[in-house]
Amino acid sequence: MQRIYIFKRFERFWHWAQALLVIFMLASGFEIHGLYKLFGFKHAVQYHTVAAWSLIGLWVFAIFWHFTTGEWKHYVPTLDKLDAVIKYYLTGIFRDAPHPFRVTRLQKHNPLQRLAYLKVKLLINPLIWITGVLLLFYADWPAWGIGRLQLGTVAVLHTIGAFLMLIFLIVHVYFVTTGHTPLAQIKAMITGWDEVEDEQPAAAK
Amino acid sequence: MPPRRIWLSIVFAVGFALSAWADEPAPAAGANPADLKKILKSTADHGKFKELEGPFASGPDVTKRCLECHTEAAKQVHRTKHWTWEFLNPESKQRLGKKNVINNFCISVPSNYGFCVTCHVGYGWKDANFDFTSETNVDCLVCHDTTGSYKKIPGRAGHPAYEEMEVPPGSGKKIKPVDLVKVAQNIGKTSRDTCGACHFFGGGGDGIKHGDMDSSLAAPDKALDVHMDATGNDFSCGTCHQTSAHDVPGSRYQPTAADRDGAHIRGKADKTNPATCQSCHGATPHKEEARLDSHARKIACQTCHIPSIARGGVPTKTSWDWSTAGQKGPDGKPLIKKDAKGHVIYDAKKGDFTLAENLVPEYMWFNGKVNYTLLGDKVSKSDGITRINWFEGSADDANSLIWPVKVFRGSQPYDPVNQTLVTPHTAGDDDTSYWKNFGWEKAIATGMASVGAPFSGKVDFVKTEMVWPVTHMVAPKDKSVRCIECHQQDGRLQHVGGIYIPGRDHVRLIDLIGFALAGLTLLGVLGHGALRYLSHRK
Repeated sequence: MQRIYIFKRFERFWHWAQALLVIFMLASGFEIHGLYKLFGFKHAVQYHTVAAWSLIGLWVFAIFWHFTTGEWKHYVPTLDKLDAVIKYYLTGIFRDAPHPFRVTRLQKHNPLQRLAYLKVKLLINPLIWITGVLLLFYADWPAWGIGRLQLGTVAVLHTIGAFLMLIFLIVHVYFVTTGHTPLAQIKAMITGWDEVEDEQPAAAK
Repeated sequence: MPPRRIWLSIVFAVGFALSAWADEPAPAAGANPADLKKILKSTADHGKFKELEGPFASGPDVTKRCLECHTEAAKQVHRTKHWTWEFLNPESKQRLGKKNVINNFCISVPSNYGFCVTCHVGYGWKDANFDFTSETNVDCLVCHDTTGSYKKIPGRAGHPAYEEMEVPPGSGKKIKPVDLVKVAQNIGKTSRDTCGACHFFGGGGDGIKHGDMDSSLAAPDKALDVHMDATGNDFSCGTCHQTSAHDVPGSRYQPTAADRDGAHIRGKADKTNPATCQSCHGATPHKEEARLDSHARKIACQTCHIPSIARGGVPTKTSWDWSTAGQKGPDGKPLIKKDAKGHVIYDAKKGDFTLAENLVPEYMWFNGKVNYTLLGDKVSKSDGITRINWFEGSADDANSLIWPVKVFRGSQPYDPVNQTLVTPHTAGDDDTSYWKNFGWEKAIATGMASVGAPFSGKVDFVKTEMVWPVTHMVAPKDKSVRCIECHQQDGRLQHVGGIYIPGRDHVRLIDLIGFALAGLTLLGVLGHGALRYLSHRK
């Protein structure tokens, strides 16, 4: 086993802050949607709004960080080994087969992760953000020249975004447990250090 | 608080009070506080006018004296709805006003003038021949009395009692003559009491008609009305209904539903209605929550700030079924039934009523345009409910806001052959009035003849609805409607269409698919995890 430092300090802060905010916004958001009572409607809206601005602020930093550090390259999609990774999760994982992808500092996400995170960044997040900001300023739509936009349409798209995020969250949390031990990946995201198999496993052991 | 601090506080408080007293300007020579109050109130003490020393034989005699100085006052009054009881809606061209409309309370004025005009700002309107150009027949006192002793007596065509009389006749209730000299000498500004003498009692009694106006507003506390709070802001009606030339603004025949013009500023020529909330508070009054200002672009202030009406202990009428009128009790006398609190719920003269206190209004889009079903307009039973009036407005209309309204439901006589509403002759000591003779055909024949309208002689009853905007009884802000009361299914705005309300509205299919997919995903990963667990255990 070899330890490599793959999640830098800002990245870990960004991840966990985002995780908390997303979970919190799902909880308050579905309350606003009228599904249950948790904070009370008024507070749910207030908290949801504060969390939204916090998340937007966090993302501004994160985007800046991704581009200045070159970390954005980790999300460039690739088909290389994608089928192998999918096949691993469908069959190999049950037979203790080795993971076809090896984490390095240059490639910290496997091709499936790349696709999943890219989908979050390019589809789910923009959908939620754009509709969410529109909802925050619905009274200004006529002044913005988009008065013909229907509140209901925007709200439904926002809701669809929320469901996609919820589904991502479920899958993501589960995949966290699929490391070489169930807690290995979460540990990596907390400490920044990941344990990876050596290039020649037999020699290292 | 420790005792030492209490003593200190008292010493400071007393010292402060003394210093404030010392700063008070010396009162004008010879003026005691009561006189000073009078001096500061007005430049004229009507008690010192020789012209008002009397004696006065009648109301018009007083008016003559008023007009000697206030030479144009009657001409001003002549121009107002308070005098003409007529309003020509410039948009719909409908001829409205008390004289012309039919409602589903006491129904209509014609042929009942002697009684209805108890609330007319004039004297002598006993039939259709009233002289609307008479200046001396303007009643100055009914609005400007400050003594509370001036009362117009029903059935006297707008006159008060000039001698002791029994009202109603045969009731044994004696009314003392009004002291016109005292009333005239104490003349002053209008007040909640003078306006309320009529407007609190619309529909034949306290609180019956409006629901947001009743006698509890004569001296309300803060919880009942944050502006008129008698020990606080103490607004009179005129504070908002800021009147010039005797023409009181703020009529519900052509209300201002959405005031986008913002607050009125001194010195600026504002032609818009001064009685709207926005004319003082502006269009963006919410200091702490900008989101509420966005709400105000689609929702009338009243919708959130008047959580319920009839809050002052006086119930308002919510329905009136004329079709059951005329029943006699076991004693052969016209039947009267009361509820546990002593409020009349059946009166042989009028039929069945329902009443409510703390009534939550209904809500609808409203752009200020009101239409009426007038005498002569086609009415048929097959139409279901006849709308006495209806509000225009919709979610797509930029001038519409969601308004709270009192919807008054009833059943009232109509002519099934000519298919029109009717104007029955209800009040009067004669051979055809309904309240004396209990015969619809005769009463309606007299009423319709008085306005020259055709009547087939047949009577049936139609269900009716009338809409009243709710705008009084503004609660303190901590008592305003909570977010959740509308942002939920089956909330206050459940019937208001055309708008998406978070918490109320869902696209069922999206929710279903969303949760189904999330659920399947969860099952999928749990299954995957279980398989992993089982395969590794082997």
